[in-house]
Order: sequence, then C-alpha cells, then structure tokens
Amino acid sequence: MQNLQIELLQLLQQDCRLPLEKIAVMLGQKPEAVGAMIDDLEKRGIILRYSPVINWDKTDKDRVEAMIEVRVTPQRDEGFDAIAKRIYRFDEVKTVYLMSGAYDLLLLVEAHSLKELGYFVSTKLSVLESVTGTATHFVLKRYKSDGVIFEGDIQDKRMAVNP
Amino acid sequence: MDYSRYWNPAIAAVPKSGIRKFFDIVQTMPGAISLGVGEPDFVTPYHIRNAAINSILDGETQYTSNWGRISLRREIARYLQKRYHLSYNPENEVLVTIGASEGIDLAMRALLTPGDEVLVPEPSYVSYCPSVVFAGGIPVPIPTSAERNFALTAEELESAITPRTKALILPYPNNPTGAVLDREAVQKLRDVIVRHDLIVISDEIYSELSYGPEGHVSIAGLPDMRERTIYLNGFSKAFAMTGWRVGYACAPAELMDVMVKIHQYTIMCASTQGQVAAEEALRQGREDDYSDVQTMRQSYDHRRRLMYGAFCDMGLSCFEPLGAFYVFPNIQKTGMGSEEFCERLLHEKEVACVPGTAFGECGEGHIRCCYATAVDKLDIALSRIADFVNSL
Repeated sequence: MQNLQIELLQLLQQDCRLPLEKIAVMLGQKPEAVGAMIDDLEKRGIILRYSPVINWDKTDKDRVEAMIEVRVTPQRDEGFDAIAKRIYRFDEVKTVYLMSGAYDLLLLVEAHSLKELGYFVSTKLSVLESVTGTATHFVLKRYKSDGVIFEGDIQDKRMAVNP
Repeated sequence: MDYSRYWNPAIAAVPKSGIRKFFDIVQTMPGAISLGVGEPDFVTPYHIRNAAINSILDGETQYTSNWGRISLRREIARYLQKRYHLSYNPENEVLVTIGASEGIDLAMRALLTPGDEVLVPEPSYVSYCPSVVFAGGIPVPIPTSAERNFALTAEELESAITPRTKALILPYPNNPTGAVLDREAVQKLRDVIVRHDLIVISDEIYSELSYGPEGHVSIAGLPDMRERTIYLNGFSKAFAMTGWRVGYACAPAELMDVMVKIHQYTIMCASTQGQVAAEEALRQGREDDYSDVQTMRQSYDHRRRLMYGAFCDMGLSCFEPLGAFYVFPNIQKTGMGSEEFCERLLHEKEVACVPGTAFGECGEGHIRCCYATAVDKLDIALSRIADFVNSL
C-alpha cells in the first residue's frame, strides 16, 4: 500500500469530517485525486464506515457493556469462522475477535440493561452447540477508546509564547 | 543602591527578548489561541519517559562524565553517521550539553576574543546575538529576504566578511522563517567559508523537521568543512523533548578541548535522567528507523501545508517553509508593522503570533506562526486571522 494512502487513512481516523479540500491541502494533492483515493479505499473494503467516538457515559442512555471470553470447539474444515459468524449475527454483539491464548473468541457485547445482557449470555450464546464455556466481564468505565482519552488532563501544558 | 556602578554595561545593554511582552498579555486571555509557541505539541514518547523513570528508580542519581555518558555519546555518533553521514569520535568529539543553547554559548566563549565579529543571518533565533555579546564579540547581522527564500546566499555572506570576522552562525532549518538550505546553497556557502578561513557554528536543531525531498544537508559533511564546523543539535524538536534540556555539540577534538573546559567548570554535566532519556530515544530510533520522529514529522508536514495554504488564500504573500514548524507570512499589505499587527490581532481576535522583529530588524513586515498545534485550533486561529486581515 502506498504511503499516501496510509497517511490519508490516518487523517480520516483522526477526523473523518475533515473536508476533502483540506485533506488535499494537507497531503499536497488535488481534491479530485483524494476523492478518487477515498472511493477506492471504500470499494476495497478498507474504509468500512465513518463513525464518531462517543462517550455514552455522559448521556442518559441506559447501556451496559461487557467483554465476553468464549471457548468454542472449532469445526472441521471451517475452523472458527462458522461459529464466529453465528455469533456476530446477534445484534448485541458489537465486536468479535479470534484470540490466541486461554480462550478463542473475545466479544464486546452491548445491551440496555444487566438483565438483558445476562439473558443474551444464558439463552443465546451459551446454548450454541460449539460453545464450551464463557466468562463475562462487565465494563465499569472507559478511560480511553480508539486512541481518545475520555477523561483526565489533556490540556496543553506549553507556555503560550516562547522563542 | 546604584547597581549601574557594578554591572557589566555591555551585558546590561542587551535588550530583553521582545517576546516577553506577548507572553504577559496572552496569560491574561484564557480564550486566546497561541501560535506563538516554539516547541512540539507532542509529549515525549512514552518509552523515552519510561526509561528516565526506571533510571530514577534504579538510583541513577549521580553525576555523569563531564562529556556526558559514553553510551549516549556513542549513540549520538552512530545517529549522526546514519542520518547525516557525519563522523565524530564519541570519546573526544561529542559533548552532551544542556540543550543546543548551551552549545551556542560554549562555542562563542571558546572562540571569541574582544572585537571578533560573528556573522548572524537574520531573521533567526533570539539568542545568537546576545551570546556573541556575552562572549565579548561583535554580532554582525546579515539580513536575508523572502525573495531568496530566507536562505543565506554566498554573495550576502561574502559581502559581510571583514578582517575581524571569525565565525558564521548557520541557523538552518531556520526558526522563525522555516527556511532550509539545499545542497547547492550549502556548497556555495562552503566555498566562501573555506576561502575566508571562517569557523561555522551550525545550529541544526531542526534538522529532523525538513520536508523537502532531499532531506537535510549538513554543512559539516562537505569537503574541508568538518575541521571548521562546530555542529550543534539536540533532542528538543526531533523527539519532543524540550523540557529535558539535552543537546550536543560536535567538533574536532582540538576545538572541543577548549569548549569542554568551559562546560566542565560551569555546568559539570547535563542532567543524568535527561541523558538516559536521550539515549533511549536514539537507541530505539536505531531499531525502528526513528518511527517516533517520522510520525511527528508527517503530522507537522500536514499542518505546514494547511497553514501555508491558508495564508496564501488570505492574500498575504508567504514563502513556503520547508523546515522547522513555523510559517513566516508577510503582513506588509495591511499597512501595519509586525508589532502593531501582532498586538492588534491579539487584542481584537485573541490569536497570539510573534512579530518578525523579535528575530532581527529584517523580520519587520512578517509574523511568525507556529503550526505545532491541533488542526481544529489552527482552523479557528486561521479564520480569526483571515477575519482580521479582511476587516482592515
């Protein structure tokens, strides 16, 4: 992949609302060229979505999140893909990773309440045939997500004017 | 008590830095956006900070050699070889200093006798001329101009040389203009320097922040220049380590011998933790091709283009900077002087810039704007400046 495309991706990851014209200036390219590059990255499934990083704790939306470690029996010919696919189809499941180590899949699951999340684990996830065990860890607080610090001292500590 | 009977009139006559006034005003304006900073907006990379913490925990609280830790000096020598093809012996040609600033002072005091002239291309960093004066020399500014990309030319240099000229300070990449010297320019200067038998103090603190295709060219690497160059650099700009105060000076052993005397009797050594951190910066950099520096340089480069483009769009003539993290637009078409422009901009639009005159008389008509600030803040600052310029 060209350096320029990586630079573009990094800029978009920082702020996907940067106007095309501005991105073009920052990369020293023509806006049309940047537009074409973005189209290409979208078509190739490299850019999948443009979404903000949200601190839901500051809203009054009822929401619980959990990380769930899942142990599964891999299936013949399909390995972990088939079971991963079954699991990611649930709306509650926001993220699925195949992991090395003591368990196989790591899920990030979101629900409106503790009860709803418990219901998901006991009636939807655990009952799947290849799932041999789960461990649910509730998220208590997000300090940093996607490279963004959610709270804490992020002030500019520099002196305002110096030589 | 009348202290004027006691103090040294030559030192007392050196004016205070013109930047102070703006600093005092900005302090009282919480909503102001400052483009007047002169340091990276990155924090020192984590692994570098951590190395210093571990060294404190390990009880590394003693002096180091006057020269600095030999392990650090070896890393510096390797770095200079790898990045700029410069060869210095870490045993007796590399001195760790308290920032490149100390190196400037050491060089001046080691070289100058009363009445010696030192050529200082301007606009340039505020401490060159005072350092010359403090060492008993006479600073001779050489004005450079936007028409020639603020690069010192061989002709300008040649015409400023007198029988008393001993040395030239070469401040590129340049603060405040962002000017760089390409290979051709450096070669032409080299011919004049050798012909007139001058010493060069080359302040290359911004060398890693060069955005041109050929990268930074150090004059110390040209034929016959190693023997007549005092090379200065440091960690502040390249590794976002301004507060650590670690730099270095490199020069032939005979010259270094004199500089070290001043350093050992006045400074003893740079702070041990600063040295440990600096060593980690270079050690890790050697392994990962200076990825910290590359990431930061790329980010500055994006903002450099943004800032330069914005000033051009405002209709202000602006030379395209290819180094450091400053733009130096010309504000003469507003009819105001640099100081007046900056003062009014600060009071009316709450944006702080530094008047070009702070960097020498020939900076008049320009302002220095630092782009080492988050893009959203730069945007606000630039639109305020545009409003201000349009309202005139």
